Amino acid sequence: MTHVPDVVVTGLGATTPLGGDVPSTWAAALNGESGARPFDNDWVERHGLPVSFAATLKVDPSEVLTRPEMKRMDPSAQYAVVAAREAWADAGSPEVDGDRLGSVVSSGIGGIQTILDAWEGLLAKPGSARRVLPMTVPMLMPNSPTAYVSLEFGARAGAHALVSACASGAEAIGYAAEIIRSGRADVVIAGGTEAVIHPMPIAAFAASRTLSLRNDDPERASRPYDVDRDGFVIGEGAGVVVLESAEHAAARGARVYARIAGVGLSADGYHITSPEPSGDGQIRAMKQALEESGVSQADVVHVNAHATSTVVGDLIEARSIRGLLGDEADHVALSATKSMTGHLLGGAGALETIFTVLALHDRQAPPTINVDNPDPELVLDLVRDKPRALRDGDIAAVNNSFGFGGHNVALVVTSA
Amino acid sequence: MAYSEQEILAGLAEIVSEETGLPTDSVLPEKSFTDDLDIDSLSMMTIVTLAEEKFDVRIPDDEVKNLATVGDAVSFIAGAQA
Repeated sequence: MTHVPDVVVTGLGATTPLGGDVPSTWAAALNGESGARPFDNDWVERHGLPVSFAATLKVDPSEVLTRPEMKRMDPSAQYAVVAAREAWADAGSPEVDGDRLGSVVSSGIGGIQTILDAWEGLLAKPGSARRVLPMTVPMLMPNSPTAYVSLEFGARAGAHALVSACASGAEAIGYAAEIIRSGRADVVIAGGTEAVIHPMPIAAFAASRTLSLRNDDPERASRPYDVDRDGFVIGEGAGVVVLESAEHAAARGARVYARIAGVGLSADGYHITSPEPSGDGQIRAMKQALEESGVSQADVVHVNAHATSTVVGDLIEARSIRGLLGDEADHVALSATKSMTGHLLGGAGALETIFTVLALHDRQAPPTINVDNPDPELVLDLVRDKPRALRDGDIAAVNNSFGFGGHNVALVVTSA
Repeated sequence: MAYSEQEILAGLAEIVSEETGLPTDSVLPEKSFTDDLDIDSLSMMTIVTLAEEKFDVRIPDDEVKNLATVGDAVSFIAGAQA
């Protein structure tokens, strides 16, 4: 049988509502800060938006990208490139043959701001088709972020953009791990990004009745597992990791944060937006990831939940975790970090993988904020307000990500 | 009103600078778009689109290949003004 390489995480990068990089984002998360902010514009008056806040980026990408870079990338690609540069530098800018380097950077929605801007320009003046800029197509295509990352780092083993709504970022990292296991690449830059803070997509999400309308208290709006949760807080940003075969990392003496030990993928096949109530698909994804990892349930000490702060979704996931782990779920520290970051959609699964990796590396699970009254139906041990220490020794964690369309992704991460 | 060649050069330099990140004072009439300013065909079409808008002229696609230097573009735009 051919040798299947272990996959390790050697670099982390992000730009999020909590910070312009990973250290500032992680520090803010451990500190229990919120990235939700009121809009500083007239969208509510002008368009009648029912929601007046979002988790917007802490650091505008124009502070780190050049003007030409800003102009030729949709914001979704800008965020991805900012995060990828940090991750690559954090990994020590590995020397790797480009034919053995891949990129998998996903977006749930793609370059929608580019699409809307171009259409607005066309509507503004009759006969203005010639005013649509030639970069419009390469900016709006959903593979644009992964293509720019591939270009920047000369990643020629393949550039991919798997799309599974809010599971996209986690699916990208899972697929990247599979590419390394298959032997196609030694190093893969992987993650997710999203940039939909614009009145049209916000109106559309509001129309699906999934957004919190707690306009009088944005920082307290995202409250997974609280009895008064009323929907998610829409966010933006990107998370990117550098994955590497264990051999490749060891040969160059790279620092290893953690391992991506198992990947589980499933689909509900049930409803276009609602999660299947029994949690069967979620359980199958987690089970598959655990089996692939070889980790015993007793070593699972932490779960970074998908938990977006919706009434139905949070509890289905909690019951799935309990259903899979049984009594072993008693020693799982459950964190719902969207309480702080908001929901980065296609970026969420990647950012939460970074949180999961850091939780194992630093041996502390990040908090869940805004849980004044835990839902009595929550049958798990939620880490509230302050980080919680995780034990020494070999430990494992699960990062769950689910998406509209019935996509379920579970990643099992183990300590290095 | 028509723009002078000097105004066109200054406006074009701004567009090229925004697109490429090069300083405006490096966008001189004798500079070749491809050889000196490293502008690819997609960037060139972006510059053409923005120049048409800024100077209210039409630069036909067939004409673009004749605009080798910044000076060529300035002359064409100056001549194309109504």
